[in-house]
Amino acid sequence: MSDFVSGFWNIYVVGIVLVSVVGCGVFLWTQSTAVHVEGQTTGHVWDEDLQEFSNPLPSWWRWLFYITIVFSLFYLAMYPGLGTYQGQFKWSSTGQYDGEIKKADEQYGPIFKKFQSQDIMAVAANSEAKEMGQRLFLTYCSQCHGSDAKGGRGFPNLTDSDWLFGGAPDQIKESILKGRDAMMPAKGVKPDLNGDQIKDLANYVRSLSGLASDSIRAQRGKELFAPACGACHGPDGKGTLALAPNLTDKVWLYGSSEDTIVETITKGRTNRMPAFGEFLGDAKVHLLTAYVYGLGGGEKAAPAAAAAPAEKK
Amino acid sequence: MQSQATYNYKVVRQFAVMTVIWGIVGMLVGVIIAAQLIWPELNVVEWLSYGRLRPLHTNAVIFAFGGCALFATSYFAVQRTSHAPLFAPALAAFTFWGWQLIIVLAALSLPLGFTSGKEYAELEWPIDILITLVWVSYAVVFFGTIVKRTVSHIYVANWFFGGFILTVAVLHLVNSAAVPVLSAGILTPKSYSAYAGVQDAMVQWWYGHNAVGFFLTAGFLGMMYYFVPKQAGRPVYSYRLSVVHFWALIFTYMWAGPHHLHYTALPDWTQSVGMIFSLILLAPSWGGMINGIMTLSGAWHKLRDDPILKFMITSLSFYGMSTFEGPMMSIKTVNALSHYTDWTVGHVHSGALGWVAMISIGSIYYLLPRLFGKAEMHSKKLIEAHFWIATIGVVLYIASMWIAGVMQGLMWRATNPDGTLTYSFVESVKATYPFWTIRLLGGLLFLTGMVIMAYNMFLTMAGGKAVNAPVLAPAAAH
Repeated sequence: MSDFVSGFWNIYVVGIVLVSVVGCGVFLWTQSTAVHVEGQTTGHVWDEDLQEFSNPLPSWWRWLFYITIVFSLFYLAMYPGLGTYQGQFKWSSTGQYDGEIKKADEQYGPIFKKFQSQDIMAVAANSEAKEMGQRLFLTYCSQCHGSDAKGGRGFPNLTDSDWLFGGAPDQIKESILKGRDAMMPAKGVKPDLNGDQIKDLANYVRSLSGLASDSIRAQRGKELFAPACGACHGPDGKGTLALAPNLTDKVWLYGSSEDTIVETITKGRTNRMPAFGEFLGDAKVHLLTAYVYGLGGGEKAAPAAAAAPAEKK
Repeated sequence: MQSQATYNYKVVRQFAVMTVIWGIVGMLVGVIIAAQLIWPELNVVEWLSYGRLRPLHTNAVIFAFGGCALFATSYFAVQRTSHAPLFAPALAAFTFWGWQLIIVLAALSLPLGFTSGKEYAELEWPIDILITLVWVSYAVVFFGTIVKRTVSHIYVANWFFGGFILTVAVLHLVNSAAVPVLSAGILTPKSYSAYAGVQDAMVQWWYGHNAVGFFLTAGFLGMMYYFVPKQAGRPVYSYRLSVVHFWALIFTYMWAGPHHLHYTALPDWTQSVGMIFSLILLAPSWGGMINGIMTLSGAWHKLRDDPILKFMITSLSFYGMSTFEGPMMSIKTVNALSHYTDWTVGHVHSGALGWVAMISIGSIYYLLPRLFGKAEMHSKKLIEAHFWIATIGVVLYIASMWIAGVMQGLMWRATNPDGTLTYSFVESVKATYPFWTIRLLGGLLFLTGMVIMAYNMFLTMAGGKAVNAPVLAPAAAH
């Protein structure tokens, strides 16, 4: 794809660059042939004693200047610089990138493919795979989920047994491959909630986790909860997998203070885990899935028993 | 001495004193943000958080400290080398008060979070307009004085000052072009850049690099060309060299901006052109260093006991070092290692502290006694102390940032046998702490030097009184 909207700009760039580079050399050459009287001043005097010697250009400096000009012309012949001319080396930044990726895929691909066909549970139990998974995690995931995978505000903890989109191997893998989008609408499904009612709701939500709350507000909030929030969080606030978090489990993504909950209800929350499938490929995602699964909170594939040990919060 | 008229020293005095004051303020903010990197808990409130104070630091040291130094020295030099008092003294007074107002507005609006998001051009559009007014007035005063000159030739310092004033006007106008918005009243101005995407990035770095090239280089070379020969009592080394490096410098700098955008969405050809002109820039830059340092040839002994000359010659050495380092860092393969690391920060400060601040400090020490009717500064010993403290500060600063930067670059690119990164980003942050601590110490030393300078300045002022020297008749025509 061309960088120019018309052929004129190509010619313009080639012309102005060459004239400028060569012009520097020509200018230098004309100036070095001027007549000088070493040790004499030019005869001009300013402000009592400001004068200038008529010394010639130091020759080492002139050669330094010429060398940079010659090098620049050589560089322009070899690398892209003169408009659409590619340069003799046919180098381009995208070409270099593609080449490096291809080489890396050839070199590293087999290492990751080794585990691709194995079951996640088996990979999670393999210590070599675990180390590779951790290195991948630190490279691609730790920026948000933290080096210890315990997350932070807005970024889920991956070491506990609380899963927004499911902790079974396939569910974790899908989260990494395709990413996840989550959106809590402002004021739930009752856009007419007023500030006082939101405070009531916040107190009720706090009471669900056994946090200190104003009991009168919480009582009023309880009545509002089902119509405003129940559709997603369920009438008992225990949440719905892949739709809305459990509000009774004492795990807070954004914080549990009354102010934070009021903010969450008032403004809603939007969050996204980016999709890594295309970027990393299935083999690496497979290892990452096993690593995350093995962090402690992974759930058995069978929907029946969530056998993960109860986490203390 | 037949003329009764005197040079306009008042505006020079005002700018000279404010150079020292703003120097302390700007460097203090720098020390605070250096400390915030080591102790993040120092980000107490949003207005004083790192993200708000960092642009305040850069604006304060470049435009408040550096700007006042340039105004003071250019107004002084242009009058004396034109043998004519300043043109339009009322306009000159306006440039002083206008510039101070801009600085105060910057010091208020940046911590409050107003920013156009353009590095070194963060101020919103109403302040941009005020800058334009002050700058045009500056140009009128400066070039008006040149026109009024009573000598036929224009002294070399004035070429550099003039080039700097003209170019900065163009840079400011083009880069700050924006759609002005007042969404919620007069107190909430917002500028939406006239450019988009990679064009905006290119215009920004065309501006950004020329802010370095013209504001921080051409202007200060003008300062060098007046004050170094004056303090050394020697003629400039080579007139021819000054001609060649002046034209080559101002021509070549204009092309160098793309080296800030290596390996980005900027087209490959633009990056290459930026890189080769950055390399060509090496010789024109060194021309200034050679001309400054060689001016002292035959008078090297003066360095032994003249701390002002020490400041000037050391500044030229740092200028030579950083203008060698710059072209080297613009080479794509070097840039791949150095970009986004603390090496860049070290490079900038080698120029900003070593070159810009030291040549300014030397020149202001030259000016102050002359502006206040004294033979010399209150204490020469304190200048000497300032010199050594500042020099040790710069060396600690740039050496720690070099090591930190190269270390970061190597850590970021290190890979395991399976191609994953050897170090996560946060590990490189952790490894940098010792160097940030050394950098803080270096910055603190440099700031201490400025406080000593302020003390010396106030005692010099207290012992003297404001004087305006009579306008000199030019030397007999040749």
